[in-house]
Amino acid sequence: MSRLLRWLFFALFVRPLVLVILGLNVRHRERLPKHGPAVLTANHNSHLDTLVLISLMPLGQLHRIRPVAAMDYFMRNRALAWFSTQIIGILPIARQRRAPDEDPLAGCSAALAQGDILIFFPEGSRGEPERLAEFRGGVARLAARHPEVPFVPIFMHGLGKALPRGEALLVPFFLDVFIGESLCGREHVDNFLPCLRRSIEALRGEGRFASWE
Amino acid sequence: MSDFGVPAAVLAALAGILGLLVVASLATAVLRHRLNEAAHRELRQRVQSWWVMVTIFAIAIVLSRNVSLAFFAFVSFLAFKEYLSLIPTRRVDRQVIFWAYLLIPLQYVTIGHAWYGMFVILVPVYGFLLLPMRMVLLGETRDFLRAAGTLHWGLMATVFSLSHVAYLLVLPEAVNAGIGGAGLVLFLVFLTQFNDVAQYVWGKACGRHKALPTVSPGKTVEGLVGGVLTTTVLGGLLGEWLTPLSLMESFLAGLLIGVAGFIGDVTVSALKRDLGVKDSGSLLPGHGGILDRVDSLVYTAPLFFHFVYYLHY
Repeated sequence: MSRLLRWLFFALFVRPLVLVILGLNVRHRERLPKHGPAVLTANHNSHLDTLVLISLMPLGQLHRIRPVAAMDYFMRNRALAWFSTQIIGILPIARQRRAPDEDPLAGCSAALAQGDILIFFPEGSRGEPERLAEFRGGVARLAARHPEVPFVPIFMHGLGKALPRGEALLVPFFLDVFIGESLCGREHVDNFLPCLRRSIEALRGEGRFASWE
Repeated sequence: MSDFGVPAAVLAALAGILGLLVVASLATAVLRHRLNEAAHRELRQRVQSWWVMVTIFAIAIVLSRNVSLAFFAFVSFLAFKEYLSLIPTRRVDRQVIFWAYLLIPLQYVTIGHAWYGMFVILVPVYGFLLLPMRMVLLGETRDFLRAAGTLHWGLMATVFSLSHVAYLLVLPEAVNAGIGGAGLVLFLVFLTQFNDVAQYVWGKACGRHKALPTVSPGKTVEGLVGGVLTTTVLGGLLGEWLTPLSLMESFLAGLLIGVAGFIGDVTVSALKRDLGVKDSGSLLPGHGGILDRVDSLVYTAPLFFHFVYYLHY
């Protein structure tokens, strides 16, 4: 039932919003993974980031796509928790360890093991519009644990203009989405995080973005 | 009249355009081994995009007047959005930009009611006066003139100018008996796009002298002259069939579209050069963005509209 609701929500609302009202300018679409397990890692400016990344993949893959999201934020009440897990399909993750032996990445590992495609924001939270914040370590630990899984770096620009943090009014702008060559933990044992960051920064360098002051 | 209530001449004109596309596709296939791979891929993408554009355009024209108006409103929306995504904007102006977007449905609803008096002043008068007022209320004066000026230029080009194509559809049917506004739209849009292709082909075939090297290095005097002459002749041949224009007026309309199309093209080129981009977007593979495709129409639509309007309506 909720799988059907999720499909309808994305087919009738999210995709028209992202692909028609906003509109994507995608570079190197061929670098997107055709199937899981894989991890899409992108910079994070807006709640819509997740919806844009999900819209990059075919609707038929929808049930395989799991955005990794903060449990304390997206599960803070029952209605939001239902919407986040059943409709958006998030994989809730605890930002703070609640017990010393708890493994915050266990859910991600299990999802990758069954061939899902995760969406991971290495910056953690949304941060300043159109600025790249410090990357956190979770994504590198996940890569070390799954050394064969491809991590696809993605740079997105424009959502900080269309719907920045704290704003409710959506203003249409075309969004740039640049896809990078995938990295995997096996090839980058010691330097996964800096390599991922450099890759996303290099993608940002491919574009020429109008100033937004 | 056909079963859909579409004039037979409109269907015949659309069939003619489809025939040209078939020729273009065949020519592309023939040229496969005579061009290098990149050039051939671009040509193929261009022709494919033409098929998509012509199909959508034909469906929009044939279905009903309101569908046609919605289609042109959507083209304005895409072009305006593309423009806003290219230019520098101020963070504080999000609300103002939202208001500017609202002028698009207003403009096309005005056209739907054939309210000429409002159609010609909504953007140039009310938009011009009210958007800067909304901007003033934000209290930010840094880059104020740049923000107000660029926003209005975009509205004038992508909403006001382009909407003249749509207004042709609501001009009184009786003047252009048998084919109506759709004939005028087909004449204008086809000749404008044909002129772009003709200037390109003439330029490739015998271009020697650059026309505007600092703005658009690909444009040549030979391409311009050859394209304008071809468009003028074609205008003369098609005008009496599709429009209320006489033979002489049709040649003049062709000449007007040929020259204005060139000016629209290089004006948008200058804008892109200023912003440091080659294409305005990536919506139409082989062509670039939507602005790259409608740039000539920004100039030809209002000029052709008022040419016909003055002479016959």
